[in-house]
This record gives sequence, structure tokens and C-alpha cells, in this order.
Amino acid sequence: MTTTLTARPTVPEAVSTKRERGSRTRWVPTALLLLGAFYCLAPVLWVAIAATKGPSELFSTFSFWPSFHGGFQYNVTNLLDFRDGVFLRWALNSLLYAGVGAVLSVAVSTIAGYALAKYEFVGRELIFMTILAGVLVPQITLAVPQYLLMSELNLVNSYWSVLLPSIISPYGIYLSRIYAASVVSDDMLEAGRIDGAGEYRLAWKVGLPPMIPGMVTLLLLQFVAIWNNFLLPYIMISDDRRFPMTVGLFTMLNQGASQPALYSLVVMGVFLSVLPLVALFLFLQRYWRLDLVSGGVKG
Amino acid sequence: MLAAATVRRRRPSRRGGPTPYVLMAPAVVLLVLFLLVPIGYTVYLSLRANRVTGGGLGIRRETFVGLENYASVLTDSAYVDGVLRMLLYGVIVVPSMLGLALLFALLLDTPRVRFGAFSRIGIFLPYAVPGVIASLLWGFLYLPDVSPIRDTFEWLGLPAPDFLAPGTVLFSVANIGVWGGVGFNMIVLFTALRGLPPEMYEAARIDGANEVQIALRVKVPLIMPAIVMTGIFAMISTLQVYTEPATLQPLTDTVSQTWVPLMTIYRDAFVNADIYSAAAASVVLALGTLAVSVAVLTLLQRRAFGRDR
Repeated sequence: MTTTLTARPTVPEAVSTKRERGSRTRWVPTALLLLGAFYCLAPVLWVAIAATKGPSELFSTFSFWPSFHGGFQYNVTNLLDFRDGVFLRWALNSLLYAGVGAVLSVAVSTIAGYALAKYEFVGRELIFMTILAGVLVPQITLAVPQYLLMSELNLVNSYWSVLLPSIISPYGIYLSRIYAASVVSDDMLEAGRIDGAGEYRLAWKVGLPPMIPGMVTLLLLQFVAIWNNFLLPYIMISDDRRFPMTVGLFTMLNQGASQPALYSLVVMGVFLSVLPLVALFLFLQRYWRLDLVSGGVKG
Repeated sequence: MLAAATVRRRRPSRRGGPTPYVLMAPAVVLLVLFLLVPIGYTVYLSLRANRVTGGGLGIRRETFVGLENYASVLTDSAYVDGVLRMLLYGVIVVPSMLGLALLFALLLDTPRVRFGAFSRIGIFLPYAVPGVIASLLWGFLYLPDVSPIRDTFEWLGLPAPDFLAPGTVLFSVANIGVWGGVGFNMIVLFTALRGLPPEMYEAARIDGANEVQIALRVKVPLIMPAIVMTGIFAMISTLQVYTEPATLQPLTDTVSQTWVPLMTIYRDAFVNADIYSAAAASVVLALGTLAVSVAVLTLLQRRAFGRDR
């Protein structure tokens, strides 16, 4: 293990030559993997089918067959009209929380990780230990005190109450430190200093560029974490026009307990909310550097 | 890797004057505001309570009550039941999720497997589905009136299982957790496998070892650090399970309002307006998680890495 000195890029060539050697397919592993894929895809497939059914059909027709009696249009129109089109607002809110939150979070984490990795300063170990403890403390147990803090600041029920706590990510800082230690060259920083470059210029010109692939990965991880977050916005936001999608659909489901007609709209909402993220993932897959998470990058 | 790390760390880095402090400033301010202050405030609140003071027509006033809240939290059978249920949930979810993730990662890394890309993306897809949405989705699959699984059983003439019965609901909730987490962990482990130099198991292959032997004896030990990392994070996230049972709650009576500790905390703080009990329960949960994580990390690190970093 001591032979791998730096980040080891994934080796597609080696894998493909490995695949080409010998032509007999291994059916048992293939079948097991397809079974796994079925387990993971079936619920999504079901929701796609169920989204075609109106409220009367949802509970009465056979589940694995779509319906073509206008249920799809009914659900879409009624969902988009639901409480004056609040569903689209939820989608935009989710995008806002996750997009802005992730960008700010990555910016803060990257510069902090760079400073922790490349400078020795008084208090560094203390800060790093706090961050490590922060990784281990469940963020969610902090939600209640964060709420109390926000209400002191009169920020409850504002976009800030969800955005601000989302920016700080102990895990992101921890990963950034490891990543900076492994990809930013000390020799180049030293050379820059001898040439008389300022520290901020060095951080910008020498430190930042090699960190970009790690930042993209972190951006995606943070985006998903905030997009998927439920308890924080659920606690902080009471005005349904500021809900993210997760909280919005949850409240709709709660209403459905007394108005079963809403269930088919919830199903459609679930279907529509899954689509963009799935598309994003299929598109961005190739930019992931998950060896960052698995510990393949060591500093 | 570890040797390289120590070498790099021994090299003297520059102090850089005020620069590191400026770069750290935003993170430190946010850490203090949203991590340390809330923690401190929670601990403070957990030691206080509203008490009626001053005889018959007393006023309710916040006072210091010492460890009373902790005593009542730890003797509250609903909370303790919730903690036990959560631990049982973790015992089900963590091994099955990581076991499946490791299995799929090793299968994907096996030569001459077909439809690898399709399976990889398919298994990874649930990661893109938020916990609430996943729970709604599975909730519908469990709900007797709409469940396609029950439909299928009935169509085959078999007795339909009840996924939301008292005896099965824990497994139904655990299934949602496994479903949502297996893909991400699989990708992390698969990435670790792909990062291994192929020559490390080429030799074993030439010696006639079969793929199963190579997987168990060569690959698994080599990616042990990644398995430990994913295990720790899986454990931390199961210790904060909230979304899945809270989402299923409107669908069934089997999931109570105090089903897991975080649900109790939420109820105390926002339904019963008793933030003091909620604070004490939060501290207990956070300390418990911290203790379990540190213990497991120390134990596994010693075994997996062979030395301290």
C-alpha cells in the first residue's frame, strides 16, 4: 500500500483490457447485479406508472400497468394548480437552497481546507479537532438549538435560516484539507514565494487550480445533501411559499390523510421531483472523483 | 500512503503571517455560530426548566434544575424504547447496506460481467432520491390499498404480507434506508477497487485463484480503509434516522410519535413546547453517537490500518 504515493486516477484502460480478455460472460454476477438494479429501479418505475392514474384509479387498478384515461394530465394540471401553483415554487426553492448553499459551502470549505493543509499556525490543531468532532456529531441534533438561535436573530421562516446552517460542512472542510494536502504542490508554492508572489495570489494561482476536480465532487455531494435535507427546513420554515420540495410534499401527504384525492397528486409530485435530480446525475457522473470519499486520496 | 503522509507532514510549512487566519475566518465564524454556540446553548438549556414558583398563584419561570431533565429523559420509557429501536434499526441497516454495497462493488469489478454500466447506474439512482421522497415512494408500495407488491401476491394466490404491522414495520423502514444508501456506498467502494493497481491481483490470477478467492483474500483487505470509512458514515447516519419513520407516520398507526429519539426530540420541542427536555434528549443522543463513533473508529483503525495515523 505504501507504493501509491499520490491520488491514483481510475484506470479505464486497464479495466477494459481486463474485460476483453476471454469472452464468456459470467452470468451469475451479471444476474445478481441485474437483480440489484431491479430492486433499486422498481419503486421509481412504479411511481412513473402510478403517476398516470387519476385519484379514482390509483386505488382500484392493477399497479403495474399504466392508465391512459387522462389521469396523467389530470395530475399534472391539478398539481400545478395546487394552492396557486405552489409546487413550482417548492421546486425553485429547493434549487435555491441546494444551489446557493452548495456553492457557498464549497467556497468556505475549500479555502479553509487549503489553509489547514498548507499553513502552520497557532490554533490549527484545535480548529481541526473541532471540525473532526463536528463530523461525528449528528448535525440534526443541532437543529433545535439552531432554531432557537435563528429565532433570537429574527431569521426563523426566512431563506437564511436554511441557507446559513447549510453552508458550514465539517465533512467538506475535512475532505478539502485531505485533498489540498495531496494535490497542491509545496514546491510550486515555495518557488512562488521565492519569486516574491503574495500569499493570496499563490492561493489563487497555485492552490486553486489543482483543487477544482475535488471541488466539483464536493459541490455535488453538498448539493444532494441540502436538496435531500428535510428536518432543517421542516423546523425553520412555516410559510409554505418558502418550503423546499421535500417539506412541501410531506405536508401534502399529511393533508392526504384527510383528503385521499390528494394522493394521486403527491405521487405525481414525487415523480416530477425525482426526474431533474436523476437527469443531473446521469449528466454529471463523469465528473465525480469519489476516491476522495473512499480514502484513495491521502494527505 | 501512510509513509508518504508522514514525509509530507514533516516538511516545514510556512506560517504565512495573517493569511491562514483570513482564509479560515469564514469557516471559523460559521463553525462557532452554527456548531459551538448551538452545542453550548443546548447544554445550557438542558440544565434548566420552567418551574412554578411562589406559592399558590405562582408564575412559571425558567430556573436551573441541575440534571433533572437528564434523569427524566433517561427514565422516560418512550425515549429509551426509541433508542433501542434505533439501535436495532442500525444493526439491521448498516450490515445489510454495506454488505450489499460491497457485494455489488466486487461484482462490478469482476471481469466479463455484462450490463455493468446499466446495473451501476440503476443501483446508484436511489441516491438521487431524497429520503422523504423515498419514504413516500415506499410508503405507497407498503400501503395496503395501493401496494403493487400485495397485488402481485394476491395475483399469485398467496397471502399478502402486511408491511406496516407491528412486527414488520421496523424491517420496512430499514428497507427504505438500505434502498437509499446502497448505491452511494457501492460507488465509493467500487471507486476504491478501481484505484487498486491491477498487478496486485494479476499474480493471484496466474496462480490459479478464482475470482471469489481474489475478491475475498486480495481485494477486500486492500480496500479495508474505504470499507471502514463508509461504515462509520453509515453508522452516524443511522443514528440520526428521522425522515423515514416520520414520513411513514401519517400512513400508519404502527409508527408512534416517539418511534425514534429524534421524533421524540421534535415532539418535545415543537409540539409540547418543552425545549428543555428536547435539549437534554439531544445532548444524550449527540454524546451517545460521538461515543459510539469514536469507539468504533479507534477499534477499527487499530485493526484495519495496523497503526495510528
